[in-house]
Amino acid sequence: MEVPVVRNILEANDRISAQLRKLFAERKVLVLNLISSPGSGKTSTLERTLTDLAPEFKMAVIEGDLRTDNDARRVAATGAQAVQINTDGACHLDSSMVQVALESIDIDGLDILFVENVGNLVCPAEFEVGEDYKVSLLSVTEGDDKPEKYPLLFAESAVMLLNKTDLLPYVDFDMARAERFARALNKDIAVFPVSCKTREGMGAWYDWLRARVREKKAA
Amino acid sequence: MHEMSIAQSLVAIIKEEMEKHGLTRLHAVRVCHGRLAALVPDALAFAFEACTLGTPMQGVRLELAEIPIVLRCSQCAQEFSPEQGDLFMPCPACGEGLGHEVLQGKELYLDNIEAE
Ligand SMILES: [Zn+2]
Repeated sequence: MEVPVVRNILEANDRISAQLRKLFAERKVLVLNLISSPGSGKTSTLERTLTDLAPEFKMAVIEGDLRTDNDARRVAATGAQAVQINTDGACHLDSSMVQVALESIDIDGLDILFVENVGNLVCPAEFEVGEDYKVSLLSVTEGDDKPEKYPLLFAESAVMLLNKTDLLPYVDFDMARAERFARALNKDIAVFPVSCKTREGMGAWYDWLRARVREKKAA
Repeated sequence: MHEMSIAQSLVAIIKEEMEKHGLTRLHAVRVCHGRLAALVPDALAFAFEACTLGTPMQGVRLELAEIPIVLRCSQCAQEFSPEQGDLFMPCPACGEGLGHEVLQGKELYLDNIEAE
């Protein structure tokens, strides 16, 4: 016989994600799920952000995408707490991994928790990890059609960081085109062209973060 | 390749449902996936086979049904389905290209099981 079920296949992940979200709401920690393809400069952008905002916020990082120990040292050098998740080759982080990683983080007085997801634009978009917002990061060396190819991620992201803008004169990347695709299913996505190398544009991203921290504290 | 995680979750849900309904022999499983969920059918079939190998679920028929994308225009509220390969078509009624609401196409669920 045929038995109707109609159950969300990712319900187990969503359940833990909801528990995490509740915890983060109680503790007033802003949580951002950082998603990008490999080589987009996610670790450098994060390192720059952690360094520049260190005087203002207490921050921590859950790292799912470290390619080298060097990356870990760079993040740790900013003074932020950092915990690495062993993803065992998985293509995305899930909420149970983040739950385990949290045991090693002191979230007392924490303002921002960054979850650096595995470098991949498809799979992480499906798995919530208790975040307030997804932040997608794209570099101008990748091609401006990425938002068109990975619509779910850009539809669900609150922010699109367009990184490595210092290389714009040398690549064929149409910022307006990338932005248009990202906005097709997400009119309100905040688009910040940045260069973590020259720091150009980073101020707008920081202002966005400051505003979200304020909202979270006030909620 | 998030299909492996999906297959594992799927198997766990199927087991629960079988127990809940007192069923012991599974014949087929039907999964619905929205086009935005970016599921690769072959990859899920492969992962499902790998997850069920050597278990009572081995050889069960896995049916996959893709759910098309339906958008609601941000300007005129017209509902429309973008053509395959042209996800970012403007609204056919008013031409608006930005900010359409996704009404359908993100789903990923176990629709039904055939068992006794
Ligand atoms: Zn319209």
